[in-house]
Amino acid sequence: MKFSDETEARLQRLMASCPPGNKRSALVPMLLFIQDEVGAITPEVIQEVCSRLEVSPLEVEEVVSYYSMLRRKPAGRYHLQICTNISCMLVGGAELFEHACRKLGIGHQGVTEDGLFSLEEVECIGACCWGPALQVNYDYYHNVTPEAFDRLIEQLRRNHSGRSEP
Amino acid sequence: MPELIRLTIDGRDVEVEPGTLVIEAARRVGVKIPSFCYYEGLSLAGACRMCLVEVEKMPKLQTACTLVATPGMVVRTETPQVIEARRAMVEFLLTNHPLDCPVCDKGGECELQDMAFRYGAAESRYVETKYHVPEARWSPVVYYDRPRCILCYRCVRVCAEGMGVGALGVINRGGRSEIAPNYGDHLECDECGACIDICPVGALTSGMYRYHTRPWEMNHVGTVCAFCSNGCKTTLGVYHNEIIRGNNRDRSGRNGEFLCIKGRYAADFPHHPDRLRTPLVRRDGELRAASWAEALALVESRLRDALTRGAPIGIIGSNHTTNEENYYLQKLARQGLKTPHLDHQRTGDVAALMAALAGRQGALATMNDLYEARAILVAGADLAQQHPLLSWQIRANWRHHQARVYVVTEGPVREDRYAARSLRVEPGRELEGVLALGEELRKEAELVIVFGDSIQGEAVARLVAFGDSLGIPVKYVCLVDYANSRGASDMGLLPDLGPGYQPVETPGMTLREMLECGDLAVLWVVGANPLAGRSGRPPAFLLVQDLFLTETARVADVVLPAASAYEKEGTVTSVCGEVQRLRRAVSVEGTKTDLEIFGLLARRLGLDAGPRSWEAVLREIAATVPGYDLPVEALIAGAPLQVRPPAGAAMSRRGAIRSARNTLFTSGTLGRYARMLGQVREAPGALYRG
Repeated sequence: MKFSDETEARLQRLMASCPPGNKRSALVPMLLFIQDEVGAITPEVIQEVCSRLEVSPLEVEEVVSYYSMLRRKPAGRYHLQICTNISCMLVGGAELFEHACRKLGIGHQGVTEDGLFSLEEVECIGACCWGPALQVNYDYYHNVTPEAFDRLIEQLRRNHSGRSEP
Repeated sequence: MPELIRLTIDGRDVEVEPGTLVIEAARRVGVKIPSFCYYEGLSLAGACRMCLVEVEKMPKLQTACTLVATPGMVVRTETPQVIEARRAMVEFLLTNHPLDCPVCDKGGECELQDMAFRYGAAESRYVETKYHVPEARWSPVVYYDRPRCILCYRCVRVCAEGMGVGALGVINRGGRSEIAPNYGDHLECDECGACIDICPVGALTSGMYRYHTRPWEMNHVGTVCAFCSNGCKTTLGVYHNEIIRGNNRDRSGRNGEFLCIKGRYAADFPHHPDRLRTPLVRRDGELRAASWAEALALVESRLRDALTRGAPIGIIGSNHTTNEENYYLQKLARQGLKTPHLDHQRTGDVAALMAALAGRQGALATMNDLYEARAILVAGADLAQQHPLLSWQIRANWRHHQARVYVVTEGPVREDRYAARSLRVEPGRELEGVLALGEELRKEAELVIVFGDSIQGEAVARLVAFGDSLGIPVKYVCLVDYANSRGASDMGLLPDLGPGYQPVETPGMTLREMLECGDLAVLWVVGANPLAGRSGRPPAFLLVQDLFLTETARVADVVLPAASAYEKEGTVTSVCGEVQRLRRAVSVEGTKTDLEIFGLLARRLGLDAGPRSWEAVLREIAATVPGYDLPVEALIAGAPLQVRPPAGAAMSRRGAIRSARNTLFTSGTLGRYARMLGQVREAPGALYRG
């Protein structure tokens, strides 16, 4: 598989950081980096990772089926992850998640029809002091009220329509 | 020797080598700490939490399987706290377990049952609906029943580490975790069944045995596998005179827990519908059923006729019959029938090795040497396919002792993955490849050289001279194909060598010459199929003793139904020259052992009273065959003992030597009658695919 120069460079740096004879320790970050570009862990991605790390497809399968942040189907352009673990739940995380479902018209692990948003109910993302917490791709948003959520969605829509490329 | 570590386990003092795990230290003093995931020889998992023990000055319970013994440690394995923890673990393991013990194959020999019996609570607090996944058929050999699985990872590890295959993994997480095969919905692997045998519960079951009977309904007979030359011990499960499974779960014998698909699942051939159960005599051009008396009388008259006319009699022996049968056959031929024409299908040049070693002691590697030698050289064989136990031993040696492995083969083999050096050579040029490694091999502390049929005749002498020139201790294994190929050679089923490779005065015809000879009066073929792949038949009166109507038997004049290795007592000699005991597991009506058939003919011909018993023949072998002067009582009791290179051994200068190049899924003619071998999708397989 061909990746962008940026991703390829990232993969090369990753491989170089692995101890000799232990290529397989690059497995999880490599899957994440590739998923960032491709959008999902497709069968072609698995083949590619196997040949780069000299592991079997089953070994990749073990990892992909274990980690919920590795996806088989592409998420939206903006992947919204709402924490409903104890700390966030106590301050309205569950309500925020329900609000997000209604607002976007999708459920857990759903993707909006325009492919712009996807939603996921997640376990603790380590932002307990500032719950309810929301993660959009790699960015964190804290103390997210339903109103703040709506503003964020509008903001993201505007950002997107202002861009030429998705 | 490093200083021993002293610790106390359940009040008993124990001294162990540094690095010993507490679970192993406990076993030394007879304390069995329960465990599912811990398995000697495999990597540690620490997954099942059954081996929790209390250690003084440690705040929490510790897993004895990952805890290394340290000086002064005080371990208690059966305190109320430990028992409570184990009770909780058993309860946890049983949350989604179906408790279908009454119909489970493992019922009665299940480690989870044993644990539940020892520690389990009388009632379960779990009232939720159990998570169920339907059972899956991964191959004709392997079936997986997820709900029974306790995720101990033993199967995953034995496949990846022990077998070097890595066909199993664990997918998903938490309560949804399950073992997965390498091709999504099916397995492509060695189909050895190691995963099934090692499973502590009934999660992995075999297509051969599943739902046939309960374990305690069987008789268990420990014998030697009837297929390749590696001489694995297999314990046959016999139910109503039928072999319904093979395994080596007690880890006894040279092979420990190892068996390949042949040892575990090919043991059904004695019950094949095509099995011969009555003598056949050719009348009006057709083979027709006859009585033993009738068939033997006809053979007797033909042999008598040949003897009185002085017409040549040719005898082709077997790679599958016992040492006693082979020895008695060559004696009957040479001393009784006065014929020098004796041979068998030769698959490795053992004679040349014995001649080159010239009685030197300690130069033949044992199966254990392959596990312990510091360095091993494999030349001209795909061990994982052709000699899977050797491959297993070398792999274990590399894992446990970092053995240095050298490979000289025509194509990729499994050993390449951990070899210190792999050399690819043109077929037939293996010796040159070996000689080219001289500089590297000289640096090793010791070496075992394993060589196949491509190094034969004078090349073996050159190989041994090369070994001598290295200046280090070198041992050898000359590879041969079948269960008693080695014994057939050792017992002198050769045209120019008698028992113990002693030259005979008048060399006879080779196998090929016998088949092509126009003057033979009688050609007697015992447990061999020399006419497979050939057209026509020799003009001689053709007598065949075999299990099935093979290509050779089909054109015979008389066919005598013989008993297989699983239906007789005796000894066979493995590829490493280790003599092991066969034990009868079943009897097939209408057949006779080859030894009995020889005896009946000898008596009819007035040559000999026939062998009194197989033990009597073994005693004669021990007394007369050079290299076989072993303690007979120990052999009879079942101890594997290695033969010695005989003094005065000579090379065979007549006849061809060629390995049949069987894979894991083929085994000459016999392999065709083992149904499981043909059913798996990997069959027939190929050599040198890595």
